[in-house]
Amino acid sequence: MNASASRFPRWLSPVALLAVAYGVLPLVGSSYLFEAILTPFLALSLAAVGLNLLTGYAGQVSLGSAAFMAVGAFAAYNFNLRVHGLPLLASLVLAGLVATALGVVFGLPSLRLRGFYLAVSTLAAQFFVEWALTKFSWFSNNNPSGVIDAPSLRIFGFSFDSSIGRYLFALTIVVVLTGLAQRLVDTQTGHNFIAVRDNELAAKVIGVPVLRTKLLAFAISSFIIGVAGALWAFAYLRTVEPAGFNLDRSFQIVFIIIIGGLASIRGAFFGAALLAVFPLILSRVGSYLLGDRFDSGVLDMSQRLVLGSLIIFFLIAEPDGLVALWDRLKRRLLPMPNNP
Amino acid sequence: MPDFDPLFFAEVLVGGLLAGVMYSLVAIGFVLIYKTSRVLNFAQGSMVLLAALTFVSLLERGVPFWASLLLALAAMVLLGLAIERTVLRPLVNKPPITLFMATLGLSYVIEGVAQLVWGTQVHGLDLGIDDKPFEVGGILISKFDLVAAGIAAAMVALLTGFFRYTRIGLAFRAAADDQFAAFAVGLRLTRIWATAWVAAGVVALVAGLLWGARLGVQFSLSFVVLKALPVLVLGGFDSIIGAIVGGLIIGAGEKLSEVYIGPFFGGGIESWFAYVIALVFLLVRPAGLFGQQLVESA
Amino acid sequence: MSNLTAKSTPVSIVDRSTNKEVNRPIPVPSPTLRLESITLSFGGVKAVADFELTVDTGEIRAIIGPNGAGKSSLLNVISGFYRPQRGHVWIDGRKFAQVPTQQLARLGVARTFQNLALFKGLSVLENVVIGWAAVRHANFVEQIVGLGRARREREDALARAGEIIDFLDLNAVPDRLAGALPYGLQKRVELARALVARPKILLLDEPMAGMTVTEKQEMTRFVRAARDEFGTTVILIEHDIGIVMGLSDRVAVLDHGRKIADGSPAEVQANQAVIDAYLGVAHDDAPEEVYA
Repeated sequence: MNASASRFPRWLSPVALLAVAYGVLPLVGSSYLFEAILTPFLALSLAAVGLNLLTGYAGQVSLGSAAFMAVGAFAAYNFNLRVHGLPLLASLVLAGLVATALGVVFGLPSLRLRGFYLAVSTLAAQFFVEWALTKFSWFSNNNPSGVIDAPSLRIFGFSFDSSIGRYLFALTIVVVLTGLAQRLVDTQTGHNFIAVRDNELAAKVIGVPVLRTKLLAFAISSFIIGVAGALWAFAYLRTVEPAGFNLDRSFQIVFIIIIGGLASIRGAFFGAALLAVFPLILSRVGSYLLGDRFDSGVLDMSQRLVLGSLIIFFLIAEPDGLVALWDRLKRRLLPMPNNP
Repeated sequence: MPDFDPLFFAEVLVGGLLAGVMYSLVAIGFVLIYKTSRVLNFAQGSMVLLAALTFVSLLERGVPFWASLLLALAAMVLLGLAIERTVLRPLVNKPPITLFMATLGLSYVIEGVAQLVWGTQVHGLDLGIDDKPFEVGGILISKFDLVAAGIAAAMVALLTGFFRYTRIGLAFRAAADDQFAAFAVGLRLTRIWATAWVAAGVVALVAGLLWGARLGVQFSLSFVVLKALPVLVLGGFDSIIGAIVGGLIIGAGEKLSEVYIGPFFGGGIESWFAYVIALVFLLVRPAGLFGQQLVESA
Repeated sequence: MSNLTAKSTPVSIVDRSTNKEVNRPIPVPSPTLRLESITLSFGGVKAVADFELTVDTGEIRAIIGPNGAGKSSLLNVISGFYRPQRGHVWIDGRKFAQVPTQQLARLGVARTFQNLALFKGLSVLENVVIGWAAVRHANFVEQIVGLGRARREREDALARAGEIIDFLDLNAVPDRLAGALPYGLQKRVELARALVARPKILLLDEPMAGMTVTEKQEMTRFVRAARDEFGTTVILIEHDIGIVMGLSDRVAVLDHGRKIADGSPAEVQANQAVIDAYLGVAHDDAPEEVYA
């Protein structure tokens, strides 16, 4: 949880990363890099940050995160469409709040359920939302297949509609929310999350407000995941249907936090990076090795195979995820001055 | 809403009950594994898919029916043993939720492998039971559903007898009750788990054949797991009888709600109604109808 | 709210107004905690039957008995985990059929657990600080901003945690993950977490279990110090008879769910029923007091 003492000040890595993200990449990156890799990576990372707060820190298993992404996306779309003059950022915030409300409702079972039972109840959210968004065409402005088109991204009069623009838009939102999440984790509230996860009964005895803590975890996490969903729709895909937020997507976010590292904000990014990048690598390697036989079906199934194997591998060999691997690597490569 | 027709109601109800039996078939596989190792095996659905795909692909390549069946059975046995060795044993002392996540990963692996090996096309499966509906007391019943129900009943009887009256069954129950004590008494836990997974594989084969004959053998077959979960929630994760009763309730509830409540919502509520039933139930009885109430110790 | 009752022992004093000796009742404070006729069953098995216990303020009260006698169940009843089939729990003059667990901290009750209930994902300092959680009122937004009320509460909590860490000699390890410490230290951290809120009543569930002789001596010292310096009332379940006899003011003995003795350590050790059930054959010399 706590980074071990390093000979560099703690703020150096984040600042350096931000410098690269804002200053270097926009100058050298191709639109393919922004559109196909970085922007989806950012949206997925944010969703993973949200889920990590709920599942990694607070210990409440949720298999329905894609439903909340969907709610965020469709709510943002509707606020933006139907409330004239509403700034885009306001639509995003309101969308997050709608996701929050739903998150609290579907989080109520956590007050009585634990473990598998809770996981199963979160699936209810997943299926219900998918159905509702498809069934009631109002959500998609009467589009017959429930598809929504993202609006143009204009903030304070500036247009963010190019691939770099959408990337910067997503980047900024992700940076802000991640910063807040990192702060949260270091406060008493964040520690309450961990306490409820590690020993709910003892937490109760001490006077940690267990019920409130659990619902707060659902609320905050749903907000972040909702905004991530809006980013996924507005900055990345630009055209979204409810089926894009299916169970596979929920599992994808779960896999990200497991592979990246539970109870770690950084972990969300490590995991999302791996999951955003490996399909591309797999596709290249596959067509190189197998040529024509490597069609989309084979690609899909190989992806499933690799992903599943990665999960099992990490659970067995490195349950603390990529973050732990990274920290170990750093310690080995950069030995402390007084600690060779 | 049309006038209430008791005959129609009975027909929907019976259809629902029989569909529910099919759910129970899958749920029983879960129960076997949960009973012995407290693991909720999310990969059960993918095991159903693999079993059905293996059988049907062999059949299509000209292998005779019974040989295909035996080979598919052998494949499931090997799978069970492999899973116990490579996934379960390294994770033996981890919390149940870790194991659940591992089975999640496992489901992806099995689905990927099954379709990489046998391909992703849809296959029809003919088991020689024709699905002609026949009439009983004015309501139509599917012959296929009845046969499936009969097979499920036979399996339940076999398994219940196994657990209650054989030494291995006793060992299973001991391992489920208290792993540490079972180990201390000398029971070979790894052997018990391997047996449980193999048995679950066999159940998956039976379920795979029946579901495959009904829906066709294709990727979506593995989604039966999503129907089995509410069944388990209702019936308790460790009760075979619970799996049957839960299946009946979910099956009937789903079909009835689709017909009588569905029209108010524009239809299609089957996809989530089972979960709502399960959820409401959980809030009232967090351990299911027949499940064991866990006593929480500090 | 008065802790005083009319029940008392009359004392002879001189009435200054008449210069005569008179008998006056001196009010005796009612006990801090009382278990009244507690009967607890689990599905037909009686864990505790008709159990009575009073614990006076500032007392160190032990409950001993063979394994399975029902001792932990009693602590769990006081903690509100179980609702006794019959009987009530009185805490500070308030009567409960089932103690509300979420309110325990507010009632001034803290406890440790037999199997250690530390928050393994938090550091030692964070574990101790969270013991003060019941009094933190700032919401998460205020805490993220980190100013005003949230900041005051945080500094307050850190200061108090620092005091307890000093008190229990944990200064070497505040930043280490609680789960990574050796067992004896973990037990001490759990005690620190319980003490940081300066509870009125401290429940200790086998605090010495699994400890070395040295660790036991230290823990005994800490428990006694907690009572002496903070005035904490302690209720303690323990198997080590030597510890119990040396540390406690009064001892209750349970056997098969029933109380078979209650009194000072000396009285209990001499009690034949206790010896038969629990202590074994009586020796001519008194048991060694190793832990004074």
